[in-house]
Amino acid sequence: MSRKPAPQANSAADGEGSPVNCKVLIADDEPNIVVSLEFLMKREGYDVSIARDGQQALDAIRRLRPDLVLLDDMMPLRSGLEVLQAVRADEAVAGTRILMLTAKGRETDIAKGLALGADAYVTKPFSTRELAERVRRMLSP
Amino acid sequence: MKVDAGEFAAALAPGAVLALAGLGLGAALAATLAPGEREALGAMLAPRATLLLLAWAVLAIALGALARRAYAIWVRQPARLAEAAQALLAAGDAMREQPLPAAAPCAAGARALADVADALARQRDALRADIGAKVQEAARGIEHERSRLAALMSELTQSVVVCNLDGRILLYNPRARLQFQALSPTAGAELVGLGRSIYAVFDRQLVAHALESVQQRLQRGAAQPSAQFVTSSRAGRLLRVQMAAVRDPSAAPGDAAQLSGFVLMLHDITREFEQDSERDRLLHALTEGSRSSLGSLQAAVDMLELPDLDAPARERFLRVVREEVRSMSARIQSLAASASESLKTRWPLEEMLGADLVQAAQRHIEARSQVRASASDVDPGLWLRVDSYALLQALASLAARLAEEFAVARVQLRLRREGERAHLDLVWSGTPISTETAMGWETDPMTVGDEASPLSVRDVVERHGGAFWFQRERARQESFFRFLLPPAQPQEQLEAAALLRSDSRPEYYDFDLFRTGAQARELGERRLVDLAYTVFDTETTGLDPAQGDEILQIGAARIVNGKVLRHECFEQLVDPGRSIPAAGISIHGITPAMVAGQPGIGQVLPAFHAFASDTVLVAHNAAFDMRFLQMKEAATGVRFEQPVLDTLLLSAAASPQQASHDLEAIAARLGIPVLGRHTGLGDALLTAEIFLRLIPLLAAQGIHTLDQAREAAQRTWYARLRY
Repeated sequence: MSRKPAPQANSAADGEGSPVNCKVLIADDEPNIVVSLEFLMKREGYDVSIARDGQQALDAIRRLRPDLVLLDDMMPLRSGLEVLQAVRADEAVAGTRILMLTAKGRETDIAKGLALGADAYVTKPFSTRELAERVRRMLSP
Repeated sequence: MKVDAGEFAAALAPGAVLALAGLGLGAALAATLAPGEREALGAMLAPRATLLLLAWAVLAIALGALARRAYAIWVRQPARLAEAAQALLAAGDAMREQPLPAAAPCAAGARALADVADALARQRDALRADIGAKVQEAARGIEHERSRLAALMSELTQSVVVCNLDGRILLYNPRARLQFQALSPTAGAELVGLGRSIYAVFDRQLVAHALESVQQRLQRGAAQPSAQFVTSSRAGRLLRVQMAAVRDPSAAPGDAAQLSGFVLMLHDITREFEQDSERDRLLHALTEGSRSSLGSLQAAVDMLELPDLDAPARERFLRVVREEVRSMSARIQSLAASASESLKTRWPLEEMLGADLVQAAQRHIEARSQVRASASDVDPGLWLRVDSYALLQALASLAARLAEEFAVARVQLRLRREGERAHLDLVWSGTPISTETAMGWETDPMTVGDEASPLSVRDVVERHGGAFWFQRERARQESFFRFLLPPAQPQEQLEAAALLRSDSRPEYYDFDLFRTGAQARELGERRLVDLAYTVFDTETTGLDPAQGDEILQIGAARIVNGKVLRHECFEQLVDPGRSIPAAGISIHGITPAMVAGQPGIGQVLPAFHAFASDTVLVAHNAAFDMRFLQMKEAATGVRFEQPVLDTLLLSAAASPQQASHDLEAIAARLGIPVLGRHTGLGDALLTAEIFLRLIPLLAAQGIHTLDQAREAAQRTWYARLRY
């Protein structure tokens, strides 16, 4: 499957090149990262919702059935990995695409995240351009 | 002199034979003669009958004497020789004082035989003495090597404990003893001791597992198999334990799996581990905490770069940037404050008494330069964590340069504590040097005479996580180089004091315990000489625990393998929680001031219980002491369920004819000097000596096992009741 080279961020503003009307859930308890992620994802033309902790994230996934979740690991109530496992174990939402976006950057953390069923694993800090590109690829049919 | 029947018969036989022969001859003659001739002969002989009889008698006596002598020579003497030889064969050297009775008249052949037997016996005795001497020499050699090993062990700074396969301790060094003291909430005497079980300290499964893996490695042919485990003690210390195998020297070389015991080397890693975890925690906080912040920062900055950003959005992202920068700065700040200590000093430093370092530095400086060095203002209690050799080199090189370049003739060393650091100063008067020179000296490689080092003073200082500078005190016209060094906890002073107490040769080992295995037999059937004992004595406020009398002191000593272990004693004063009657003070000498601040029986009794575990209790008039212990069972929750022996009753069993069986009377009877009576430990040690000497006396009465001793004691007890 070949892809067009990533468009410039500003050219994505009108939604061209991104699968429109996709629902993206951002699950992170850190408001300072949520602010940028939300801005970025909306700019990409997605329908964005926010969860502030692991439990909210799981509830939102079950209720909203997002196409993609940007999932932090260290969150109150439930960790991202717990949410990931719960999602994969729940038939109704098991197919949800999940991108782990976390500060845990050791080899072992990455291996564990992928083994537990994450579709992608990105460690903080990250380039927003690459993240947007990655999300776009994951949402392409 | 007794005459034996054989000799008697031999003496009479010739006479009898002669008489019979004469009579027979007479009868035969008479039968052949005519009656006339018979009468004529009779008439001829009758008047001479006396002569004939006389002749017979003389002949009989002469022949009898000859026969008797022959009997002595041919029969009796060889029989005696045989007997003597038999005795010689059976007896040991004691009989050798008497030679074989060959001096008595006997035949030449027998005499030769006797001489040969005698020579053989002599030869045998010589061989026997030779073997005895060799055995003794070997035993001395073994003893010598053992004490050399023990001496070596006691010098080791690492803790070593040697156990047999049952986990009984055969050897431990003073270091191990100190380490166990740190492990135990009380003094630790109940944990480490000869013949004690190592499983009181370490989980049996853990040790068994390590032993198994050592054995597996042995079987695979590993040359020096060892295993390691880390365990935490009840007192919360973390220990790294290395186990090595003690192979059975008598096992066949191919049979690698034959173990006779194991060696444990202990290393208290509590502090290292705490430092490592702290380091980890800091590192983790630094990486992952920063990742989050950097993630937010980067994302916000990326957004800020977008050209189509409106003002409120721009402000929002700028605020994110400001906040994250602030939080990262704060994090770094707190990290720097807390981490400087534990993140540095990776170099292996040793702990050393500061005064020792100063003394060594004086010698080092004077040996390597013309400078006279003296010490002043040295804190005697300050311990340092240093690389002492590098530090000595640094001091000597600085002193040498002062002498060479500024003609400084004498320097002073100062050492004192300033807050969390120690100041080590190299001081001299007059001739100040410039700061630039001092900087140069700090970074130049150190040289003292012909000794050049690749290190600079700065390298040495960095090794210590310390600092170094040059300073001037104008008022005193002094200049000095100052080293800022990490101090150490002054714990080793305690250790040194504890080590000094070992006056005589310590009983830190008993390899005879290697042999004790197969102790499956019931305790009661085991021999008294083989058992381990805790001999104890209590001092009390009075005689009746039921009326509120309390224990004031417990003293106890251990007997293992027939030896009193004077280095494994228990002695503890107890706060009785009540007044001490004046009448008692004159006996036991324990005043209220002495017990003030001492632990109560609730703490002491469990410790004593642990000290006495796995042993038979021994006390003089044990019923008295046991009553006090039993009164406390409910309050302290410890029960003394082991067998108890009473030296008073045993002494009565061993010497029933004696009237007095009090401690002093028995000691006098058994020739034991009495020292330090009426302290708990003094009485316990005396009782222990008495008990050891009672064991052979009891054996003479046929009392060998614990059960037999208890029965005998009971009998005497009933016997005494009747009086």
